[in-house]
Amino acid sequence: MSEKERRTEIFVKGLKDGLPIGLGYFSVAFSLGIVAIDAGLDAVQGFFASITVIASAGEYAGFLSIAASASYIELALIMFVTNARYMLMACAMSQRFEPGLKMHHRFLMGFTITDEIFAVTIAQPGYLNPWYTYGVSVASVPLWAIGTSIGIIMGDILPVSVVSALSVALYGMFIAVIVPPSRKSRIIAGIVIICFISSYVFSVIPSLEGITAGTRTIILTVLISALAAVLFPVKEESADA
Amino acid sequence: MHNTYIYILIMAAVTLLIRELPITLIQKQIENRFIRSFLYYVPYVTLSVMTFPAIIEATQSPLAGAAALLIGILAAWFGGNLFQVAVACCVTVFVLEIFII
Repeated sequence: MSEKERRTEIFVKGLKDGLPIGLGYFSVAFSLGIVAIDAGLDAVQGFFASITVIASAGEYAGFLSIAASASYIELALIMFVTNARYMLMACAMSQRFEPGLKMHHRFLMGFTITDEIFAVTIAQPGYLNPWYTYGVSVASVPLWAIGTSIGIIMGDILPVSVVSALSVALYGMFIAVIVPPSRKSRIIAGIVIICFISSYVFSVIPSLEGITAGTRTIILTVLISALAAVLFPVKEESADA
Repeated sequence: MHNTYIYILIMAAVTLLIRELPITLIQKQIENRFIRSFLYYVPYVTLSVMTFPAIIEATQSPLAGAAALLIGILAAWFGGNLFQVAVACCVTVFVLEIFII
């Protein structure tokens, strides 16, 4: 098989894996569009905000800030906090590139780092193939942006029961990423359970309640990953896998 | 009065830097074993933290969200792919909420 055929094959695989992500995005972006209305965005502005930011929690927090007429600096800080986890994901991806991978591939792969696209990208074996990530992004990111626009235009037209059901689609995708390695490794299974418990505890303790979900994610990710790295340092091979 | 376009530009610029600085600047393999291990665990921890308890807060009925979590874990455990697991979760919520709400 030629290099070009292999590239096409992996791109198509990415498209296939990206479509369910895109459908989940569409429904979430739709409800995000309703928040964008409060921020005073029209459908075109919503489209551009979504296609350049591509972040559910980040955009949600951003739109709320805009609706509250936040200062520019405050908005920048909020975007930093709600999206800081992408920095960790970008670091993780930087370790999985084939040596000598061209800068434009790094840049383009970085541009569409989201929880879901990162999840399916990093789950690929061996070096990360940019064409896989491009396939996933092409199938999903436009639906994210279009969903936002349609949400802005149509408001809340979907029945509540459908929105409620669709809202768990993204979590289903997260589960599909964390469960298979948990089945293979008791360490990862234990870590996942500890994450669930500590995340829950964080959300119910009165003094910690005020912390936004984005900040909670950052704090717990750093703490638990650091603890796991100290207690269960990975062997060289598994760090590459 | 703030400008909507400047708002959007700030959102995009901050997010772009967050993603691009690490991915374009870190060219070498990180040798430090702690950092390698840390980065190895980050994705699983992040996704786990974001899944729970958020999944039970996303639905109209927390019970439906909890059931979706359970069904999702079972579906993934027995080899379901991304799409199948996501659909299983959605269907669980849709059907349960017909009865609960």
